[in-house]
Amino acid sequence: MKSRHHVRTAGARAVRKGLVGTMLLGLLLPLLLLVGGSSASAATLCLPKPDETGCISGTVGSRSDPVAGVDVILRDAQGADVETVTTEEDGKFSFTVTEAGDYFVVLDDETLPDGLEQQPPRAAIAGPDGSVKVTAKLGSAVSPIVEVRDQDYDAGGESFSDQIAQSVVNGLRLGLLLALASLGLSLIYGTTGLSNFSHAELVTLGGMVAYGLVNLAGMNLWLGIVATTILCAGVGYVQDRLLWQPLRRRGLGLTQLMIVTIGLALAAQYAYQYFVGASLQKVVVRDFGTTSFGPVTLTNLSFLAMGVAIVAIALVGFVLVKTRIGQATRAVSDNPALAAASGIDVDKIIRLVWTAAAGLAGLAGVLYALVISNGIRWDTGMQILLLLFAAVTLGGLGTAFGAFVGSIIIGLVVELAGPLGAPGDLKYAVALAILIVLLLVRPQGILGRAERVG
Amino acid sequence: MSETTIGTPSLADPAARRALMAGVTPEPGAAKQDPILKVDKIERRFGGITAVDVEHLEVQRGIITALIGPNGAGKTTFFNLITGFDKPSSAGSGAHWEFDGRALNKTSASSVAKAGMVRTFQLTKSLNRMTVLDNMMLGAQDQSGENLLKSVFKPLWSGQEKAVEEKAKELLARFKLLEKKDDYAGSLSGGQRKLLEMARALMSDPKMIMLDEPMAGVNPALTQSLLGHIQSLRDEGMTVLFVEHDMHVVRHISDWVVVMAEGRVVAEGPADTVMSNQAVIDAYLGAHHDTDLGDDQVLTDRALEQIEAEVRADEAAHKAAAHDGDHAKHDQQGDKS
Amino acid sequence: MDTILEILSAVIREAISPGTAAVAIAVIGLNLHFGYTGLLNFGQSGFMLLGAYGFAISLVHDIPLPLAVLIGLGLAFVFALVLGIPTLQLRGDYLAIVTISAAEIIRFVGRLSTLKDLTGGAQGIQGRTYQPAFVDLSFFGDGAWTLAPFNYTDVAGGAGWVRALGGLVFVVCVVATVIVGRRLKRAADPTRTAPRTGLDGTLGKVLAAVLVLVGLYALFFAMPVTYGRSGVNGWWVRAVAWTLVALSTLVVYLLVRSPWGRLLRGVREDEDAMRSLGRNVFAVKMQSLVIGGLFGALGGMVYVLASTVQPDALGRQITFFSYTALLLGGAATILGPVLGTVLFFSARILIRESARAWVPDSIMSTQQTEQFSFVVVGVALVLLVIFRPQGILGNKRELRFNV
Repeated sequence: MKSRHHVRTAGARAVRKGLVGTMLLGLLLPLLLLVGGSSASAATLCLPKPDETGCISGTVGSRSDPVAGVDVILRDAQGADVETVTTEEDGKFSFTVTEAGDYFVVLDDETLPDGLEQQPPRAAIAGPDGSVKVTAKLGSAVSPIVEVRDQDYDAGGESFSDQIAQSVVNGLRLGLLLALASLGLSLIYGTTGLSNFSHAELVTLGGMVAYGLVNLAGMNLWLGIVATTILCAGVGYVQDRLLWQPLRRRGLGLTQLMIVTIGLALAAQYAYQYFVGASLQKVVVRDFGTTSFGPVTLTNLSFLAMGVAIVAIALVGFVLVKTRIGQATRAVSDNPALAAASGIDVDKIIRLVWTAAAGLAGLAGVLYALVISNGIRWDTGMQILLLLFAAVTLGGLGTAFGAFVGSIIIGLVVELAGPLGAPGDLKYAVALAILIVLLLVRPQGILGRAERVG
Repeated sequence: MSETTIGTPSLADPAARRALMAGVTPEPGAAKQDPILKVDKIERRFGGITAVDVEHLEVQRGIITALIGPNGAGKTTFFNLITGFDKPSSAGSGAHWEFDGRALNKTSASSVAKAGMVRTFQLTKSLNRMTVLDNMMLGAQDQSGENLLKSVFKPLWSGQEKAVEEKAKELLARFKLLEKKDDYAGSLSGGQRKLLEMARALMSDPKMIMLDEPMAGVNPALTQSLLGHIQSLRDEGMTVLFVEHDMHVVRHISDWVVVMAEGRVVAEGPADTVMSNQAVIDAYLGAHHDTDLGDDQVLTDRALEQIEAEVRADEAAHKAAAHDGDHAKHDQQGDKS
Repeated sequence: MDTILEILSAVIREAISPGTAAVAIAVIGLNLHFGYTGLLNFGQSGFMLLGAYGFAISLVHDIPLPLAVLIGLGLAFVFALVLGIPTLQLRGDYLAIVTISAAEIIRFVGRLSTLKDLTGGAQGIQGRTYQPAFVDLSFFGDGAWTLAPFNYTDVAGGAGWVRALGGLVFVVCVVATVIVGRRLKRAADPTRTAPRTGLDGTLGKVLAAVLVLVGLYALFFAMPVTYGRSGVNGWWVRAVAWTLVALSTLVVYLLVRSPWGRLLRGVREDEDAMRSLGRNVFAVKMQSLVIGGLFGALGGMVYVLASTVQPDALGRQITFFSYTALLLGGAATILGPVLGTVLFFSARILIRESARAWVPDSIMSTQQTEQFSFVVVGVALVLLVIFRPQGILGNKRELRFNV
């Protein structure tokens, strides 16, 4: 017992040494790689000056029914974000440009009021990703037509069953990406008992790092994905080394650890805003085209993302089931004390789990930014955090396979909620409501075991 | 403690107790003269494993009954079942048990306690961040100040509060914990916490007290005092049922022994004869065959190791490992004083 | 010097703002949940939002103010029941996940464009549509008023040294209060063998109270604050808000010193032990969840008194801030929530304004100072939990025994 006491004090010292380092390095270092980005500024009136500046200005919505508070993004001919402004009460926006040429104007979907979406422009002025193409000249002003419409707007052609088919595929896509992230969340919970509220920030980190590597530094996309995964895994390793392991040794209670993750999440979110800005950043600007199978249309990137996700998940499953390390991990999940008694280095396993979990989360972040949220923003991860928790809880806290099943279910529920009648943002709410109902019926989750009482 | 006196005080006399149990056939499920607890067809399965499968069991009022059996025999699970902390798999298909004439099979753990059957836990559940006195006062039943609406008006409950406090202090004095009354329960030694838990259970004036391994992790000096307390409870008329691994303890204080193995009751009888029962030997031999059951030392050591292993595993599972060191330190200091 | 005074003025204004008072009330409720009962409620913002919606929508529809308050509280009551029934019989982290999810559902629903007529959708409900019902109740009269009415400008023509003296008195009072408080804590700890100080309990408390009052007066003497007597954002709303904070503190004090409060702490320590003692743990937890939730709803109503009902303003962040404030002040203490909330918001403004004033724009833009202040908040929460989990007022010894 005495020696144990020593270990703990040593651990405490290590905490002090490691903390500041972790907080800043572990989470923020990869961000320092990035150059400070643009941030949304309020719309100001633009006056074109001959040979100096040109104006691109317009109104979101109609003059009688303007839409306020929407981020309007201006992209250059290469598709890179130039500037973002937020519309005022009158729905007006205005950009000042210093070079003539083609520009693309697009609305940030996330900032549009619920139920509204940008109306796809006519083919003649259509740019990539539903943007509107404008040609700016110095010394004059142009007004692109940016219109919005109801999301439930029926384009006419699509039948209900086609919609369902499309949603199922979208749901599988979302489910697979959620599974990537929730596997790690579940493994961490299983081995340490910790509900990691900062897991979503690891997802965001993945997108951010990929944005830095691929978009800003111009790295090849595939290389970028691999590099991001490795970098994020490194962040997981460093986090455990400098923060979680010393805290475990210090004997901090689980509740306290959980609050630590919340503080970490908070710090990370605002750090992202600080370094990258508050607007959506694209990982790739290139258009990869789409492929259709019958009624289902997906971008080619989506197929690739799903493929990558499946491979990664299968790999994790293989490691867990077939290898010694996987067996050791499951043993630690079952009973850490027993595992330790039978010669397993529990600390090493937990560090491995943190590393793998962070890597998987980072990978999920890149893919999510590529194919679902169409870019990465400081709160991208935060928005799916609850879906991750729902997935993990649904499958049974702490079981990796359960997390996978739960993720797929949550993905399907979210995507199918729309065509089946849930309006706008409520599709997330539906997933959470299902979680609450399930807890009433089967509290241990779909694949969880009933707990021994007493 | 006069108010807790139930049953015949004459049972303080060993001869009276022997006489009382003499008429009982020493076989599993034997009928007792005046059973306080009757259990029928209680079964609990975890996955494919049957942890408890008790056909019939009666517990005699006013004496000390020991429940023994090899590790994994289902003793604690059985405790959990009859005290409402777990639900039998056989619920609805014949599972039935009654306490003092009152059916308990559909009752929650809290109502079981209210009915007068109070238990303690193998891993002591003291309320660590509360004072010893607060721990005790939570034991008292029917406090009007615990009603949300009355609680804000102190005059409505201050009288009862004083009475409860007096009673708590009396009990603490009896268990030699009075001078610790303002300490946090978490700062007590393991043995003192066992005492506190027992004293707290007595605050509710139970008819029967169920002790789950009261001696586990208690140092030898305190063991003797614990045994004395258990015996004096019985002498005041309370029924005691306890789970124990230590055969020394069992022989020393129990009036009747129930042996469980693989979830079943395999034998019953007085302490001095039951260990020679063939079924009991088989049950223990099933676990390890080269030990002589007559040798207490072997059984005890092995049992202790098991307990310790279990405790370690459980504590780690509860992430309590951190303050373990503190306890150990307190153990040494506290028990010396 | 002027910059420093400006920053301090901004800090003081934030410290006494209705928003701070509102969050303090919600934190008082959270303290009942987390501090006393050990419930991991991560949906306190949901309670606040429901209270705010119920209150504001009722007022918009010309329902009398008392009834509107009751409707807000009623919604929170139902919300607590709906949350509690499925989760209070399960392990603690399920409650955390379900409460945070449920709070988000409320926010999503509030943002729905289909409910725009009722909730105003993502834009929320404009303050002017419901505030008059409250503002008109003011009996404070018109015009502006300064706290403190007798301040440094009235002495020696407002010389700098008078002001500095006031500030000094404030600092001295703070230091003295800390010393008295520590002695009181030591004296109240019977296990401490350290020699008793001459401070008798009651006398010490009176002394501490006097010091706090003198200190506060000295603060406002040196840094007078002027607002309109009534109006949307004047003294009236501040007076009401802080009176409610005081009342909430009093109610919680009365509750937790009673045997009922002992039940809460018992449940926090060990539910099974409480069951074995014949207590209905579910009922106790439910009562705690409801009462704490009602405080949350009340906080939400106060929050929107001087602003608008904006669903995103009462999102997850507010819950997280509440936890930070609670841990800063000290969980399971009576005054911890209020002290923690005031210090939390003051500190954030102090950081932000200092960064704005002294860090050049080329390094940190105005927007970045805001974000910087939140990063500091997050890091502070982490450090707090690790190095001083008992907060300012909590008992270190108590925390030695992890549950």
